[in-house]
Amino acid sequence: MRKKLLIILGAVFIAGCGTTGEPEQSGAPVEDRGAKKIEGTEVKPVTTADPMGAALAAVKQGVLAKRSVFFDYDSYVIKDEFKSLVEAHAQFLVANPKVKMLIQGNADERGSREYNLALGQKRAEALKKMLMLLGTREDQVEAVSLGEEKPRCSEANEGCWSQNRRDDMLYTGEF
Amino acid sequence: MTVLKRAVFACFLLALSFAARAQLTIEITGAGANRIPIAISDFAGEPGIARAVALVVRADLERSGVFKLVEAGTPLAENAAVNFADWKARGADALVVGSVAPAANGRFEVRFRLHDVQKQASLGGLAYVMTAQQGRATGHRIADFVYEKLLGEPGIFSTRIAYVVKSPGRFELQIADADGMNAQTALASREPIISPAWSPDGTRLAYVSFESKKPVVYVHSLATGRRHVAANFKGSNSAPAWAPDGNKLAVVLTKDGASQLYSLNADGSSVVRLASSAGIDTEPYFSPDGQFIYFTSDRGGSPQVYRIAASGGTVQRITFEGSYNVTPRLSPDGKSMAYVSRNGGRFQLTLMDLATRQTQILTDSDKDESPSFAPNGRMIIYASEIGGRGVLAAVSSDGRVKQKLSVQAGDVREPAWGPFLKH
Repeated sequence: MRKKLLIILGAVFIAGCGTTGEPEQSGAPVEDRGAKKIEGTEVKPVTTADPMGAALAAVKQGVLAKRSVFFDYDSYVIKDEFKSLVEAHAQFLVANPKVKMLIQGNADERGSREYNLALGQKRAEALKKMLMLLGTREDQVEAVSLGEEKPRCSEANEGCWSQNRRDDMLYTGEF
Repeated sequence: MTVLKRAVFACFLLALSFAARAQLTIEITGAGANRIPIAISDFAGEPGIARAVALVVRADLERSGVFKLVEAGTPLAENAAVNFADWKARGADALVVGSVAPAANGRFEVRFRLHDVQKQASLGGLAYVMTAQQGRATGHRIADFVYEKLLGEPGIFSTRIAYVVKSPGRFELQIADADGMNAQTALASREPIISPAWSPDGTRLAYVSFESKKPVVYVHSLATGRRHVAANFKGSNSAPAWAPDGNKLAVVLTKDGASQLYSLNADGSSVVRLASSAGIDTEPYFSPDGQFIYFTSDRGGSPQVYRIAASGGTVQRITFEGSYNVTPRLSPDGKSMAYVSRNGGRFQLTLMDLATRQTQILTDSDKDESPSFAPNGRMIIYASEIGGRGVLAAVSSDGRVKQKLSVQAGDVREPAWGPFLKH
């Protein structure tokens, strides 16, 4: 009997004295844009001009589907091998002035998190500058840094680090 | 003991075991050279709670690395006659005795007294009225009293630490007691959280959250859980540091290009640029007197520590040795600076005496980050890595006392030691 009472009190304690309900942060909300099917109706695609939609479909294909630029250690220079990729994205942004791009710069994990955040920013700014030299408007592109926080590869070796020293390009609707 | 009292005590024990799963485990890995031998007797009175309070006092003092526990034997009340010769023979220089008695409304009264065994004199004592759940907090306050009486500087056992736990797909900003217990989650997110910084009064945390796909600075009130955006400009927003007055923050913004230092009010208003360079300026930290802002900059070609008057002006370089010196954090007395230096590929916590510019590497690890001083300046907590896992570690400013703090499931990182509680 006594044991039971203790167990019940314990349960009450855990329920009562536990951590209070903190708001759960789950990143940016994702809107459901899919058409909902209503009983007895048929949903058909609307084919009026939707330049934004067409543009955003284009960036999922071909060269524009390639979104990453990689950097050498301690470097912010866009290497020659990525110049044609950057040119293709610049042409697309010039041709579609309503489309916006978010550049996320990244760094490998070595050293201070905040300093690495600043290094990632430098990489993002280097790409933004190149896009602007190729005609992209300043207000179309935002350069931000994720520092060492979003590694693509998490082993502690150069093979991994070289994948983490990169810029990722995201288009409207992707960020 | 009545059934009710048993139940209350069971609740207290459950609180301990419940916290045990989420808590930071602290392991002592190094101790001071001349530890003060001290006996903490079991307290007289209510056996369960009395024992639990004495256990907290013992654990606190032992973990500090400056005390050596002497076996104490039977419970002794604060008003009991002390056989000093006997305690001297057992090797104790100091003795704590006390009692726990039932008080009104299901509460308990805890009394204790500290004795100097060598001088055969009382060094004082106090009484607290507490609920059964406040046993740990009371133990910490007793340990703080003992520490201050015997060492002449305030104890840090009642302070709290903030840190970030990363488990797969989840980041939690947690706050725990300085002994790792009572961990509570202030913010849980799928995106990274970095750089927590305590407001000088300990009521708010500023931090950087990536929940909107880029770094944004928030200020979060711990008691209410309410928070607001302090800096969300175009580009990245990071590295918040509180001015000692608690009204202003220094932050790093990239709205005008590269990472640069700005000051703003905690509510996000009145943004002013503090310094300017062609490269990176980041990781600002105010000197305790509010006169200077120390920061990391690559303006000289490699990341080094510099300082600038908080009101602006000329920039002075502080570190010169080596090619990577980052994350400056000043001691509470403003006399020394903890930072991370790279030595042959190893990132190590380093301390500089600001008057003589003498430096001392405090650790033998190789991935140290994010140092933070305890408010009495005695210990520095920092992030490190053991076996590929993120852990926290603490080291005394003389490099002797060492502790490791880890959680069972996940990486723990980004520690920030909170200020003294106002009793």
